[in-house]
This record gives sequence, C-alpha cells and structure tokens, in this order.
Amino acid sequence: MYGNAYIDPNDKAAMMIAGEDPDKLAAFEARIARGEKIEPKDWMPKEYRKQLIRMIEQHGHSEIIGALPEGTWITRAPGFRRKLALMAKVQDEVGHAQLLYSAAETLGKSREAMINDLITGKSKYSNVFNYPAYTWADACIIAWLIDAGAIINQVANAKGSYGPYCRALDRICTEESFHLKYGHDNVVTLATGTPKQREMVQAALTRWWPPIMHFFGPSDKISNHTEILMRWKVKMASNDDMRQQFLNMYVPKIWDLGLTLPDKNLKKNAEGKWEYTEPDWEEFKRVINGGGPCNAERLAVRRDAEERGRWVREALNTADSKYIVPLA
Amino acid sequence: MIKSLDPRITRAEIDLENNIEPLRDLDQWETYEVFHQKRRGDQHMHVGIVHAPNAEMALIFGKEQYGRRGLSVNLWVVKTRDVFASDYDDSDIFETVPEKQYREAGGYKVMDKINKYKKGL
Repeated sequence: MYGNAYIDPNDKAAMMIAGEDPDKLAAFEARIARGEKIEPKDWMPKEYRKQLIRMIEQHGHSEIIGALPEGTWITRAPGFRRKLALMAKVQDEVGHAQLLYSAAETLGKSREAMINDLITGKSKYSNVFNYPAYTWADACIIAWLIDAGAIINQVANAKGSYGPYCRALDRICTEESFHLKYGHDNVVTLATGTPKQREMVQAALTRWWPPIMHFFGPSDKISNHTEILMRWKVKMASNDDMRQQFLNMYVPKIWDLGLTLPDKNLKKNAEGKWEYTEPDWEEFKRVINGGGPCNAERLAVRRDAEERGRWVREALNTADSKYIVPLA
Repeated sequence: MIKSLDPRITRAEIDLENNIEPLRDLDQWETYEVFHQKRRGDQHMHVGIVHAPNAEMALIFGKEQYGRRGLSVNLWVVKTRDVFASDYDDSDIFETVPEKQYREAGGYKVMDKINKYKKGL
C-alpha cells in the first residue's frame, strides 16, 4: 500500500489509475494497443470497469425506454404491414436491451441492480426518449434519424476493447440496419405523399431536430481523462465527430426530400465541416435531470411493468436457483 | 393516473407517483448460455445468454432473443453455472513449439516429387 502517495483529487487522469498495479496496467494497455479484446475475467483497472458498466447499462436502458415512444403508435399504425414492422422493431429494441444488460452483467453488476437504478431514476438513458411521439410521423422520424444516430455511435463502439460489448453491438448493428431502412421508407412515403402527409412529416422533423442535435451530447472537453478513455478504447469517437458524421450522412438525404430543417445556420463550409447553431445545452440538462415532457411517465410505466410481472417471476423461481456472473 | 399518447398506457391506469419495492436478488433468475444452429449440418455456436427460471423457459427466451431473425433449426441451453471453462491467464497451455507443420495438411507437399519422378521416366 502506498500510504503516503498524495493524489490531487482535481487531477482526474491521476485519480483514474490511482492505486493500480503499474505492471498489470501496462500489460492491460499493451493488450488493447495490440488490438486484442478484454474478456470478463481479465484484470482491468477499476475505472475501466466502472466506466463500461455505466456506459453499457445506460445504453441498455435507452433501448428499453426507447420502445415506449415508438410503441405509442403500434395500435394505430397505418396498415397491417406497418404494424407488423413496428412491432418487430420495438421487439428488437427490447432484445437489444437484453443483450446489453448481459454484457454489463459480465462486469459484475446484476440485472436486478441495473433495473432498480433505472426505475428509481439513478441511472440515465438517452435523453431523446423523454420527448413524446405526437403523431405517426414522429415515430417515423425516430425510426429513421434516431436510429441513424444510434448506428453511428454503435458502429464506433463495436470497435472498442471490451469483448462482450463488441459482440452485443455487432448483433445489434445488423438488426438496426432494418430499422434504418424501415424508418427511411416511412419518411419517404410521407414526404412523397399527400400535402397533409408532407405537412405531418415536416412538423415531426421540426419537433425532433433539437433533440437530434442533442443526441451525441455536448462537445467533449479535451482532458487527460478523455484521453485515457480513448486509449482504453472505451470512448471511440468524440461527440462532435459523431455529430459531424451524422450531419454529413443525413442532412443531404433530408434536403433531397424537399424537407427543411429549423436551423438557418446549418450549412457545410468550405472545409467540408458542418456549421450549425449551437444546440441549447441548458434545455438538454434540464430534460436529462427529469424536467422533460415524458420523464415521469416513462419511469412510472417501467415501474408498473416490473410490479405487474413480479408475481409471475416469483412463482417461476425455483429454490435451487443460484446466480453466477455470465461467462462472456 | 397517466393520460398518455399511447392508449394502451392510459388504459392500464398507471399512477404517475407509483413507488415499488426494489427487485430482490434472483428476481430475474439465473442465466443460461445459448447455443444456436443455423442449418442442419452446421456446428452449434455460442450466441449469448438468457435469464430464465428453468431450461424450458430458457429455450423459449432463447428462441425470441437469438432466433427471431434469419435461419435457425436448433437451440441448446446450458446453465451458466454448469460450464467449466479454462482461465485466460492460462492461455499459455495452448502454446506449443512454433513449428507445427508436421501436424498440418500443408506440411505435406508431394507434387514436386511426383513431377520430378514423372520427368525422369
């Protein structure tokens, strides 16, 4: 024990590796630098474990809560094929949560603990799902553009260092490609349809643009802390880089349909970078901390579902059950 | 009661201020490792886990989770606690002498000899 070593609590980078065995840390970092994956029972720094649990768990919660705004329109989908497709998509999202929770569990946090942290509001989930889907067109914009954003994030993270998370993401990305095509098809149908349909999809796009711009989060502060997370391949791309990638891929497709975006400053500059009005980060913080239009409803629905299912889960439980952490 | 844009949620009459007891340990049961076979003749491949109260339920959840897309003909489920695994720290047990040509098909090349023999005839 290094009793006298003083670590400045303001030096986040030093705090992250405080107390770690330097030899083990060096071997761990060398493994990641060689492009090898870390598996659940390998030695890892405490902070690596903590950050991954937080990230994967939040990702899982986002899939579960994301099913709620989209599910809003299942009962009133326009036609049987659309209804089947939307049910399949929502089921996929819930399945993705299962895969992600499983990956987080391998790091030592039980599924019960994750669900408890979600329903008490301790854990966060993607902020966009605190907004309502007012019309069918909102569900279409979510399916196309929120899923597009999620794919950019997930493709980047699938190249990360933690084996179970990468495997879950590979499976998820394959399924998301259907969501993206499905969402695009829906938006194109509305945008090329009757004047009323066009009006509906334009209104939904205008409503969803600010949350979409919030989706990747505020600009990362370039700190030693971020540098370490990037070196450990926990964080794979900066929030701004992902936002640029999203704008580059999707703004032209939106404009192709003759739809407009509610930001007069949005344009690609001579260097090929997108310029835009800085999103309202105060609004982002207000919503993420519980002040959005749907936060309370989302969590109440989640709690209700857990409570109503509890007697079934308890009835099925057998006396010889014994939990051990999944292997992979 | 929640008045939601989703009629199913409104019908469920959910109290916005509902507080529930936290989930207890094993509320979500234990885990089963799932092995999936795509086509007859393929190997079963490990695809992940499901939480389930028994093997029959694990098969049902496994089908929903890993068999709802693409091809599937068969699933196996095994309790995680019944898997006995080697340790990554012992990966060196798989290291042998670097030169293993003698136990691989590619280590046996006869065409040169056959061609040379035929030329000499």
